[in-house]
Amino acid sequence: MAGILIDKVAKSFGATSVLREVSLAIADGEFLTLLGPSGCGKSTLLRILAGLDVQTSGSLSIGDRVVDGVRPKSRDVAMVFQSYALYPHMTVAANMALPLRMRRLSSLQRLPMAGKFLPGTKAVTERIDEDVRRTAEALGIGHLLDRKPGQLSGGQRQRVAVGRAMVRQPAVFLMDEPLSNLDAKLRVQMRAEIKELHKRLGVTFVYVTHDQSEAMTMSDRVAVMLDGELLQVAPPQEIYADPTDRRVAEFIGSPKISILDGIVEETGIAMTAGTVFSIPKGIELGSQIGIGIRPEAFVLAEKHGPNTLTGSIKLVEHMGSDLFVHLDVLGSGAPIIARLLAERAQHIGEGQTLHLGVRPDRLLLFAADGMRIRPSSPTPDITANANVLPLKERVL
Amino acid sequence: MSLAASTTAAETGAIASNGARKALQRHRIAETFTAWSLAGPALVFLVTLFFLPVFAVFAIALTDWQFGASTLSFVGFSNFKEVFADEGFRASFVNTILYVVIVVPGTIILGLAIALLIESGKSMRTFYRAIHFLPFMATLTAMAIAWEALLHPTIGLINQTLVTLGIPTANWLRDEDTVLSVLAAIGIWQNLGYAMVLFLAGLKSIPQDLYDAADIDGADMWLDRLRTVTLPMLGPVTMFVFIVVALRAFETFDTVQVLTQGGPGHSSEMLLYTLYRESFQYLRTGYGSSVAVVFLIIVVALTLIQARVMDKKVHYQ
Repeated sequence: MAGILIDKVAKSFGATSVLREVSLAIADGEFLTLLGPSGCGKSTLLRILAGLDVQTSGSLSIGDRVVDGVRPKSRDVAMVFQSYALYPHMTVAANMALPLRMRRLSSLQRLPMAGKFLPGTKAVTERIDEDVRRTAEALGIGHLLDRKPGQLSGGQRQRVAVGRAMVRQPAVFLMDEPLSNLDAKLRVQMRAEIKELHKRLGVTFVYVTHDQSEAMTMSDRVAVMLDGELLQVAPPQEIYADPTDRRVAEFIGSPKISILDGIVEETGIAMTAGTVFSIPKGIELGSQIGIGIRPEAFVLAEKHGPNTLTGSIKLVEHMGSDLFVHLDVLGSGAPIIARLLAERAQHIGEGQTLHLGVRPDRLLLFAADGMRIRPSSPTPDITANANVLPLKERVL
Repeated sequence: MSLAASTTAAETGAIASNGARKALQRHRIAETFTAWSLAGPALVFLVTLFFLPVFAVFAIALTDWQFGASTLSFVGFSNFKEVFADEGFRASFVNTILYVVIVVPGTIILGLAIALLIESGKSMRTFYRAIHFLPFMATLTAMAIAWEALLHPTIGLINQTLVTLGIPTANWLRDEDTVLSVLAAIGIWQNLGYAMVLFLAGLKSIPQDLYDAADIDGADMWLDRLRTVTLPMLGPVTMFVFIVVALRAFETFDTVQVLTQGGPGHSSEMLLYTLYRESFQYLRTGYGSSVAVVFLIIVVALTLIQARVMDKKVHYQ
């Protein structure tokens, strides 16, 4: 049982900086996900945690112990690899037993032939076999112990890899994109199983992924990384609803958030894409801001007006209960994507002109440098004769 | 009317399908012709240069034919009886086996060690790779002459060095006790680079993840890493190196011919040299052919071992 403290850890390969002074405290028993696109440094951070890579500067503690310079095997961490990294020449049982054999048997006792006859070897080996069997049963792979990894399906290999990590009861589990090699259906199933495993074991999990749905569904907290920097660390719902950085807002959420570039025209009013939006007071006049709108923040409006975007429908994607409307709005750059409740939007077709309204308190505003602008006072609504549909009609 | 119409339709259908069948048949014939004409040249060469000679060797092994003679008579298996009764052949056979038993493990162990050293080093990898691979590329006959100079009992570099260091010397190539070991050492020296290059390629293909997993699992000392990851993952390469080096060791001829001519006595005689001497120096082609048959059986057996037994053990499926 151990929390993790990452203190200003940086890593560079030659002149290329991969991690820039990342600091993060992970609580004991927490499920923390490092989320980011490939190349953002999340795997490097995990490898530094495991001790497979060495940081250029900064310090790491696991539990109360500083582990800089401590070898991977002595850090009390276990790791599950994206490729599973099972030893192909060993049976499942031997794969799972290896961490225990390396720890509980001396190098003499591990000798291929003679080791068996040394005092104590038999008793220890029997205990190892029992531990392996118990772990395998718990993961539902008890019947596979005599097989080799090559004879197993992807999901089974995944379980063996988890079993090999689990069997020695580490204080910290490190997982490097463990679900990437599975098919979509199995991925959803294993997602639940890993979450369940975390609950059962109650130890710290650090999980690396580029898949936001994995991050959002499994984690206690998500740490969003980009270009070697930690942008935001927060619970999933907060990451989504209250991003601190434009890049976080853009990375999280599917379909993507629409961010319009606007200019603050008057106090409390920003101009963009042929319309005006109510914004909090106190933003400097003339400054450039990004106006972010999540797809589900849009509601159908009857006519053009303040807080309303108007454009022609480029594409309608039916998703069953919802539909995604891609709207070409003059001056918006990329198409705006809105998520509408299917039953309210039956008449919608491509090529039509559509008005989409947004309640001002659902806007996410970003400064020119990408930082979030938080309202210091409630935003006054400039839609005096609100042409936005009544609240109960709102599409969420 | 409708009946007539339907009959016509059916007939048309039948004709159409008949035509289609013929077209298909023509297509098949054309395909077969293409296949044979493409494979033909290779097949002709294979038969005339390989299968016929092998068959001829088997046939000649059962006769008393002498090279260039106009008559021959069938003698059954008496050549083989003579082969196995002949002390010279038995010495040659035992020497060859001994030679292979020294050269194959020596080449594999040293080749792997050098590959591991080169792989773990950072600088001059290409240089080390090149100098170790050179002996394999060089003409062995020329190299054998160089070795002869090195091994010369009085003016050779090896003995002069040993004298300087005060270590007893030997007449390496004329001494029954040392000659086979010296030939084996040259054999190892020659094959080392080949084994090394293959092992280097094999090492490159081992996923880094496995070493990482071994580190975390606690197998992080070099011997544990070697046993847990490197050696098992090199299984297929090792198998290949084993077979190729064993075959090359069995067919050692150049060094024997240039350096010892099988001497002193029979102490450095090997199968291929015996075969050559019996067939082309003593012109006892029938006898030589039966040696060739024995040699062929060994080679085929080795290849079969690879295909059947070992293949399953080194590919972990």
